[in-house]
Amino acid sequence: MNKQEKEQYLRDYGTLKNQGKPFFPYAVAKDSAMALVTMAVIVAMAIVLGAELGPKADPSSTTYTPRPEWYFFFLFEVLKVIKPPALVPLATIGVPTICLILLFLLPFYDRGAERRPERRPIATTAGIFVVCAMGYLTYLGAAAGPPTQIDIPVPANISSQGPEAVASFEAGSQVVAQSGCAACHQFGENGNSGPGPALTDIGARLPAQAIQRTLLNPSAPMPSFSALSKDSPEQFAQMVSFLAALK
Amino acid sequence: MPKLKLPAAPSNPLTSPKRPGKEYGPSGALGHAEEAGISAVDWIDERTSLSGGLRWAMFRKVPKGTNWFYTLGSSTMFAFLSQSVTGVFLAFYYDPSATRAYESIQYINNEVFLGEFVHGMHRWGSSVMVILIFLHMGRTFFFGAYKYPRELNWVIGVALLVMTMTMSFSGYLLPFDQRSYWATIVGVNINGTGPLVGPYLSEFLRAGPYFGATTLSRFYAIHMLMVPGAIAALMGFHLYLVAKLGTTAPPWVKAKAPEELREDKVTVNL
Repeated sequence: MNKQEKEQYLRDYGTLKNQGKPFFPYAVAKDSAMALVTMAVIVAMAIVLGAELGPKADPSSTTYTPRPEWYFFFLFEVLKVIKPPALVPLATIGVPTICLILLFLLPFYDRGAERRPERRPIATTAGIFVVCAMGYLTYLGAAAGPPTQIDIPVPANISSQGPEAVASFEAGSQVVAQSGCAACHQFGENGNSGPGPALTDIGARLPAQAIQRTLLNPSAPMPSFSALSKDSPEQFAQMVSFLAALK
Repeated sequence: MPKLKLPAAPSNPLTSPKRPGKEYGPSGALGHAEEAGISAVDWIDERTSLSGGLRWAMFRKVPKGTNWFYTLGSSTMFAFLSQSVTGVFLAFYYDPSATRAYESIQYINNEVFLGEFVHGMHRWGSSVMVILIFLHMGRTFFFGAYKYPRELNWVIGVALLVMTMTMSFSGYLLPFDQRSYWATIVGVNINGTGPLVGPYLSEFLRAGPYFGATTLSRFYAIHMLMVPGAIAALMGFHLYLVAKLGTTAPPWVKAKAPEELREDKVTVNL
């Protein structure tokens, strides 16, 4: 906006303001009505949805799938869209930070005098796109339930080792499924395809030792399973051998 | 040398003229009560001069065409007030220690009169506040209301949005059930992947390299002292700017000079 446009705006705004009504009581009445609606919605949600508590936090149990509050789903889903491990910092911090800076500086790069949405095609399109993208990502986050089922057939080399190896493989599969790994990793047909890498053939890429090291000392944002290894080393060993057998 | 006569001293300047219609002083109990109320307000106003500011804020005009979209900001503030009040009631009973937090929330839900209701209001009020703040921002964006002269108010509004999300994040841990614990671990880990400040930020949030005994009280202090104080202060500044600059008119409402002042209508009588 140049100086003339600024003065024109202030003049027009002054005219409109003079023709308006006083804030009290006209705008106050509308605001109060809206406040009552807000209150009614909060009270209704509190009565209908309640405030149930889950089981108590237990740092030693890893059988819980981390899920953020629903309005963080769109941020969480960005992690799944950007998959390569090298780009994870970009997804976790980079994209949100860039979006936030763009949001903060909006009035400084969009300096046009026009205010009607239909005459600001770029701004309006960008706005609608962002709203749709956030809505879609939130929907994806809501639809992606915490998968607790992993159906990977027992590999031939395991079944040839006898029933003991098969039982150990299935026990490991159950531990992995209950640990919520599938919330971030893909196992064949099951699980979400991110933020973590697919584990369908992790045994072919990493030896058991390396898998164990990663479980104990993972790179962020994956939680560590060191508590599980201390409290029930047997389950932890089953987990490692199951993952190492995925080829 | 003759001296000029000094002018007479003025009559006492502090005697204010009588209120019109009250020549005979207040009459009856009601009249005395009214007089007492007026003089109490006068006493405060003489020392604070608040009435001018109040008149300025309350009787400013809102432009023609103002509609229901313009109530989203005030209802966001109302949701914040509701969160503050319910939060105070929860803080009466809440104990931010890793061993007692879950039990104190259980106590609120099961023993305290209307405890689960107030807890539910606080929990779902956060969702309502986040929805309202996004709607308010959408209205501001699509109406072009962030443009001159309201740029600074947009920047403050984005800061308020970030703080509201911080409130949600820090409050999510406090019930200390499995859901909140593991989500917060992942959330803090995500912060830790940031370049340069990331590791320091997550260490600050955890109060150390690992999730420990003081993590919960740190989140509690952030959730109920640090961020809400900053939100209240910035909200005050946001409102001051709204009152000073005025709320925008919807962009499609055109300014038209009053009929009798338009150039083609003004006739000059000679």
